[in-house]
Amino acid sequence: MVLTLVEYDEEGLDDVSLQALTLARDVAEQADESLEAIAFGAGAADVAGEAGNHGVETLHAVEDDALDDYAPEAYGRAVVQCAEEVGTEAVIGPGTDRGAETLAHAASKLDVTMAAEVTDVEVGDSYELTRQRWGGTLIEHSRLSAETNLLTVAANEVSVSATGGDAAAVEAFAPDVQEGDLRVQLTAVEESDVEGVPLGEARVVVSGGRGTDGDFSELEALVENVPNAALGSSRAAVNEGWRPHDDQIGQTGAKIAPEIYIPCGISGAVQHMVGCKGAENILAINTDPEAAIIQKADWAVIADLHEVAPAIADELEARGHSE
Amino acid sequence: MSRTDFPSTTGTVVIGAGIVGSSLVGELAERGREDILLIDKGPLSDPGGSTGHASNFIFPVEHSKDMTKITSDSRDIYREFGVFTNSGGIELARTEERMEELKRRVVSAKAFGEDAELLTPEEVEELVPYVNTDIIKGGFHSTDAGTCDPLRAGELYRQQAEEKNALRTAPNTEVTDLHVEDGEITAVETDKGTVEADEVVIAAGLWSPKIADMAGVDIPLTPAVHQMVSVGPVERFEEGPEGEINYPVVRDMDTQMYERQHGNDIEVGSYEHRPILWDVEDVPSIEESPLSPTQPPLTEDAFEKSMEHALEIIPDVLDDPDAGIRHSIDGLLSVTPDGHPLLGPIPEVDGLWSCAAIWIKEAPAIAREVSKWMTKGHPDIDIVAHDHIARFDEYGETDEFVKSRAHEGFQKIYDIVHPREQWQSTRPLRTSAFYNRQEDLDAEFFEAGGWERPRWFESNADLVDKYEDQIEDLQRPNEWDSRWWSDIILGEHLHLRNNAGMIGDTGFGIFDIIGSDAYENMERLCVASMDIDVGDAAYTPILAPNAGFVADLTVARLGKNHYRVITGGAHAGQDRTWFGNHLEGDAELIGRSSELCTLGVWGPNAEALMDSISEEPMTADSFDFAEMKEVTINGVTAKALRISYVGEFGWEIYAPMDRGQRLWDTIYEAGQEHNIRPVGTGVYGETGRMEKGYRLMGAELEIDYNPAEAGLTFHGVKDADFIGKDAYAEAIDEENTATLCTLSVTDHAPDGGEPRFMTGGEPILDQDGEVLIDDEGRRSYVTSAGTGPSIGKHLLLSYLPQEYAEEGQELQVEYFGQHYPVEVEVAGNGGVFDPENDRLFRKEY
Amino acid sequence: MEILTAIKRVPETGAKVSLTDDKLDIDTTSLGFTFSPHEECAVEEGVQLVEEHGGNVTVLTLGEEDATEQLRSAIAMGADDGMLLDGGDDEWGPAATATAVAEAVEASDTDFDLLLFGNESADAANHQVGVRVAEELGLPCVTGIKDLDVGEGVATAKREIPGGSEVYEVDLPAVVTVKEGLNEPRYPSMRAKMQARKASVEQTEPEPREDDLELVELEVPETDDSPAEIIGESPEAAEEVVDVLEELEVV
Repeated sequence: MVLTLVEYDEEGLDDVSLQALTLARDVAEQADESLEAIAFGAGAADVAGEAGNHGVETLHAVEDDALDDYAPEAYGRAVVQCAEEVGTEAVIGPGTDRGAETLAHAASKLDVTMAAEVTDVEVGDSYELTRQRWGGTLIEHSRLSAETNLLTVAANEVSVSATGGDAAAVEAFAPDVQEGDLRVQLTAVEESDVEGVPLGEARVVVSGGRGTDGDFSELEALVENVPNAALGSSRAAVNEGWRPHDDQIGQTGAKIAPEIYIPCGISGAVQHMVGCKGAENILAINTDPEAAIIQKADWAVIADLHEVAPAIADELEARGHSE
Repeated sequence: MSRTDFPSTTGTVVIGAGIVGSSLVGELAERGREDILLIDKGPLSDPGGSTGHASNFIFPVEHSKDMTKITSDSRDIYREFGVFTNSGGIELARTEERMEELKRRVVSAKAFGEDAELLTPEEVEELVPYVNTDIIKGGFHSTDAGTCDPLRAGELYRQQAEEKNALRTAPNTEVTDLHVEDGEITAVETDKGTVEADEVVIAAGLWSPKIADMAGVDIPLTPAVHQMVSVGPVERFEEGPEGEINYPVVRDMDTQMYERQHGNDIEVGSYEHRPILWDVEDVPSIEESPLSPTQPPLTEDAFEKSMEHALEIIPDVLDDPDAGIRHSIDGLLSVTPDGHPLLGPIPEVDGLWSCAAIWIKEAPAIAREVSKWMTKGHPDIDIVAHDHIARFDEYGETDEFVKSRAHEGFQKIYDIVHPREQWQSTRPLRTSAFYNRQEDLDAEFFEAGGWERPRWFESNADLVDKYEDQIEDLQRPNEWDSRWWSDIILGEHLHLRNNAGMIGDTGFGIFDIIGSDAYENMERLCVASMDIDVGDAAYTPILAPNAGFVADLTVARLGKNHYRVITGGAHAGQDRTWFGNHLEGDAELIGRSSELCTLGVWGPNAEALMDSISEEPMTADSFDFAEMKEVTINGVTAKALRISYVGEFGWEIYAPMDRGQRLWDTIYEAGQEHNIRPVGTGVYGETGRMEKGYRLMGAELEIDYNPAEAGLTFHGVKDADFIGKDAYAEAIDEENTATLCTLSVTDHAPDGGEPRFMTGGEPILDQDGEVLIDDEGRRSYVTSAGTGPSIGKHLLLSYLPQEYAEEGQELQVEYFGQHYPVEVEVAGNGGVFDPENDRLFRKEY
Repeated sequence: MEILTAIKRVPETGAKVSLTDDKLDIDTTSLGFTFSPHEECAVEEGVQLVEEHGGNVTVLTLGEEDATEQLRSAIAMGADDGMLLDGGDDEWGPAATATAVAEAVEASDTDFDLLLFGNESADAANHQVGVRVAEELGLPCVTGIKDLDVGEGVATAKREIPGGSEVYEVDLPAVVTVKEGLNEPRYPSMRAKMQARKASVEQTEPEPREDDLELVELEVPETDDSPAEIIGESPEAAEEVVDVLEELEVV
């Protein structure tokens, strides 16, 4: 059996969890095992249909009011108990903050090593993994041979596919959580005072780098004119103090997965590119036709962003797209 | 430029778009080159070489006229482009020794026409309030020093060439091969395509050796680390006036470091750390480099001492509570075996040029001079004598040599370098057949063109006592004056003039010109008539089209179609290249330097000695002056030429290297009866030559002065055409603007105290203390200095404005800030000693 | 307050990475070394907390002897002491690393109030050393923190999520793993840098243990370097840009 940790919100399973399920299903098929999932929180049972559609036979819905609010160590404990109870050969989680954190606790409690940022698994006597290093700059081939193999799936690296299967059977799971496991628990969620669409959720991301010379006004205006668009920046622009760190796209900043990414005046250093490789399309605006970003982009405009961005905003307005 | 735009043919390719290549394309376009392609593997405007990380300051004062001129011209070009900031510059002295050196700097500034002054610690503080004056003795203020923006200058240069429609530029294009056919460059292969070209210049900075290797030739340089950190933000700079630099650049000479403001930062650079040399193959590509290929990370342990020293000298800014090290690199730059650039035509491949190992401070003017060299055959500033890539020809191109000399030379970058200072590494490299015998006699060897040459022999120390009366007043009590010098030279000199001396090996460059067109070629290249009898020889200048000196050398005719050229070892490569590049028709150049050794035997007893051991007569009667004959000495066949650079009767004898030792032994043993002594090149190159007023290539003979001014017109103007003839004839016809004179120092201690002896490079002043300047703006300075023991005077050679060029004229020379009276001994050509040349021509003793 | 920060020596790479012949490592012949931005923030946070509350920052690393260089860099930023767990030239897995670090903490005379780690290492990025150390030491742990406020015996830590942040309260002593953006790491002054070179670094040799994850080989991913379609070279290209946006149905 292969157990998958999944996360969800009011719209259902999140993208990275679906990616994890897709990879987990591949592992299960190779091992000729069933695919099961574990989900926390009051709405866990609600995702049984979607989970089934992605190959999950049984969904273990954790039933414990104390765990409605995320608590990393307790979640880790619950995953371990569930895994032990159902007898799994692998636990696979999404490459999110919570996914990695929960499985790290679980791995520690099981005294096994977790492999993170996995993109492919070949099942044999042990798991032959393909995983990412350096934010994806390098690919690592490694061998995981723990009693139970724990791994997280790199975000936005696996193409999600559905099976069209029936809804998963929901089995309630009541973990035996100890007092100490709740030492750390989510106490509040603060809304960002920054308006607009979060970078990670935007369908369109426009970003600026050194080429802005610190003037982001045209890019801000452009983003305001496009629905579901967010503004990001390169590490260079953050280091210059032009933008807050939260805007940074890259290895040590946000990882984005929009339908189109529009980097403006960004050279395209590899540390930046690993943050936007989830983008389906890239349209670069840069004055330098030789910039690395041009090699990575699908389309390019070789011109000054300070002229192109307002022109795009005008064109959107002219065609009646502007908000 | 995309693949499709890459041209398939062009006139000139310049490889490298740093400040050097960019300046060069601009200057070539200025001189009419119309079809230039500039290639760089990197992007523009900063392709990733040393130009992109240099500290960009310009200190114009050097202890060399040509380098001072090159630097000040470059500054003027940067200024014309509007990318020069005149911040001024200060060199600090922490020690008394350095303070003396700074005095010498002021003297050089005066000699070569730059403004400069000495500063007290208080005056330093006024200009740069953040210097810790407690630990300095004073400073040298170069008021016209400053900083420049070479990347912007490069852009403007390229723009200039583009506006003339003379330039196409291919950035992000990597050269993968050079095509050479029949010794000629034909094409450049790149990852964007292959382009045919008539002319290719390698201006690829530290990658130059790699590119040269593609043509099977060497550009002897190595990448070396120059450590630099940038510290900021400094409150003092933030609060000060806007601008990149508002305080003079500071060079902390004794710690081999500099500190300069750069916006809100202070840049701290060092040449103090241990030399860190790279292999060009290890220099990463642009893609592999976090910053740029030439900015690998700082080797921290090597920088430790530099940090201590920086904190000593500018604690105020470095201890600013908000200032941190924001940037730190092992900046890579190019270092050559002798610290000079590598310029000019590469000897082995026609049409292939080198323009490498050039500092930011000199790049535009060097590019200008190289462009003249390429377009009209010669530069106007003498970058040939010391910077021609051919100077390492035949010996100085191995990795071991380049690395060891670069290692040694790196430590001299800010060091006090004596004008006679010798290199220590990779020696001995070239030794003649006499070397072992000379070593047995405790020779002190100096090096020229890689050859070991005895400067003097410690075994001759007894001569100092013997001639004490004559040399007493000429001995040099001051340590600087006597460094790389020995009074034994004075003894050897007198011994030779009184008895006989043997001098070998003089490390000559020797090559033959052979072929049915040999005569025509020689006639076209030489000032002297080459229509000489087989067996005769002639001394001749070789001129550039402007009648500036390219070489002076001896030519012997060995056969109807066979000439032998004998030239100074230090210029052998340059001269070979000049001849090689100018030969036409059926004439071949064959190098002989390594197969022949040269032994000079001169003095009153030379005739008796040589005649006694030679199978053929070797007497004044049987041997005309400038006659070359084959002689047989104790089984050794050699060629003897009656000539002398010390003004004595005798011969230069050229023997096969394998029989050289036997020749030495024969002459040495037979010579005992004639009181012969081996003597060093101290006599040959300094004392003997100076007494005779003989000119030296690269010192007196250079591109700035014509043969009439040098006093070398005794050949007259021959009928046959030769390079430089028109300008030469004109120079003879015209009144000289200046004339080369021999002067003597008339008082070595005018204010009492230690007598001082000039070493060369000092300015000549009138009685009011003003530097003499001729009508063409050329300043008078000492081109050579040396003692004349036979006449009991210390002698100086200098070009003087015509009105001062007369015997008995009283003038002054400045040395370490002091003025010394001098007097013109000879105006124009001629010796102070034996002016009628009785000894040399008529053998009258 | 006693703070431990853990860092890892990693090469400073450019856009293109070359591998050693055995493909087990990056070819670092011409590269320098550093520690990651996450860890720089960890060190900076420790230094700032000590500046505010008093105490000491100990910086620890597990790695080859040359990793002392990174300890000195952290000391130059203001850390007080360095501790090298000399792990030799081989790379240690996350479980082995965590055990060695936890044992070193236990063996130390200092009772640490706060242990700061980077959220994940720059190179291997297995996202677990901090958590494991917490588990082994029985300490509470929060990860991925970009805002930290330390009060009397308790810390408030925030983790960024889309549109806002999660808030955690954690009793000290605790393990906190942090991300870049937590603060603005300082550039060390030259004097601090110089003094750091002279600082003594405590050195121990931990016992290695087996790790379940074994490196087979590294690979440089193939990149699609086919140039983009140039859809314009002037502001007029705005039309083509909007065509693309329409085609993708994002406007």
